[in-house]
Amino acid sequence: MKKVIMGNHALSFGAMLSRSQVIAAYPITPQTQVVELLSEMCASKALNAKFIKVESEHSAMAACLGAALAGARTFTATSSQGLSLMHELLHWASGGRMPVVMGNINRAMAPGWSIWTDQNDSLSERDTGWMQFYCASNQEVLDTVIQAFKVSEKLLIPSMVVLDAFALSHTYEVVDIPDQAKVDEYLPPFQPQFRLTPSEPHAFGGLTSPEHYFEFRYKLQKAMEKAPALIEETGREYEKMFGRYLGLADPRSCDDAEIMLVTSGTAGYTAHVAVEQLRGEGFKVGNLRMKVFRPFPFDMVREIAGRVKKIAVVDRNISYGHHGIFYQEVKSALYGMKNAPPVFGYIAGLGGRDITPKDFGDVARHAMANERPEEEIFWIGVKK
Amino acid sequence: MTKPAQLDRGRKETTVKNRKKAERISFQSEKDMPIAPMSVGSQMHNKTGVWRNMRPVINLAECIQCGICWKFCPDACIYVENEWPVIDYEYCKGCGICGEECPTKCIANVEEKR
Repeated sequence: MKKVIMGNHALSFGAMLSRSQVIAAYPITPQTQVVELLSEMCASKALNAKFIKVESEHSAMAACLGAALAGARTFTATSSQGLSLMHELLHWASGGRMPVVMGNINRAMAPGWSIWTDQNDSLSERDTGWMQFYCASNQEVLDTVIQAFKVSEKLLIPSMVVLDAFALSHTYEVVDIPDQAKVDEYLPPFQPQFRLTPSEPHAFGGLTSPEHYFEFRYKLQKAMEKAPALIEETGREYEKMFGRYLGLADPRSCDDAEIMLVTSGTAGYTAHVAVEQLRGEGFKVGNLRMKVFRPFPFDMVREIAGRVKKIAVVDRNISYGHHGIFYQEVKSALYGMKNAPPVFGYIAGLGGRDITPKDFGDVARHAMANERPEEEIFWIGVKK
Repeated sequence: MTKPAQLDRGRKETTVKNRKKAERISFQSEKDMPIAPMSVGSQMHNKTGVWRNMRPVINLAECIQCGICWKFCPDACIYVENEWPVIDYEYCKGCGICGEECPTKCIANVEEKR
């Protein structure tokens, strides 16, 4: 069934179709409608889930962790300052191997107080051991929630499904809402490998001496290393059943590109539009819209990078004192690669400033005109 | 150290019986470990009594057998044997909650000297 829904509601429908059993969330702009619709779904029994009202995001994630440990499929959603407040619990989720799925609406961190999109909130949680999926359409948001549960529950690693504030969260698009029976077939009930139960008591997350802690971290990394292949496999399975492939990235016209843009989120779709225009003007430009950021798809990036002459990474984020975060990750992926193409780093659209097709055109022309990047950061649109 | 009060209600001092014995578990390989940090055995080997600075001592002559100390002990190391409270000093951390809650104030906090 096709519906015209906002990105936030695509998250809610994804959580509903996945038959989430426990939802604990605290409202924050621009995520509020996710929680509103889910609470209505719980009240009307459209979704047979326990909705737990909490007093903060820290408590929301804590409630999710308890529920996940008890063996429930668990969903929450937040944004920006709320995600930061959850930070401690994010480590608990991954370290405790609890497959919570969370929607995060990318919103710039304060101050200055902002409700508009950029990626510094979720990218600040890069090293918490969560998988991160950056979406570019409402359809992709809904589909990715369902896939994320499947991957998370198999690997016992939590997932963050990320979408841009307003550009997706409040934007209405046509979304194909899959049939519940088919989703049930794709995503069977969660079968926990361990759980909190009176018949077999355990203490979880207790004091772990240096004798054993290290090995738990090793096991988490080993599980994360399995994720890229599993995401591709479950993505193909999803395509077979629903007709839409959910992969690690969405490359467009990269094979013969002289300049390959690397983008993410809704800016990634804008870049697709820019690539079409630039191709029409005779420029050999491609765009690699990154979907999965953690685990970082090294093999895929190296493989595609081998076919292009130059790479231009456009970041809607910054690691202060270093540079754009996708830029540093792409450079690190190419380290040691023979004939690696030069990588240019651009920063654009912080705090929700628009990134337009013209901006991508400027980026492509700049990278085209220069042999190598003479600076680490090229700023797009800063009023200098 | 103050000696526990002798019983004057026809009861002899008892020791905690049937305490579970548990070995400390050590894994040689990550493959043998559970997937998540979780307890896989008993914690009975962790004898927390050595943490104690103050030792609760029950004067059974004043005890009315209400069971409040047993109920409030956060480490569950007060047992009831033959209807009388007995403190398991191998695990009692000396938090003093039993004495605080005792309605007849018959549990004294005595400085632990080792």
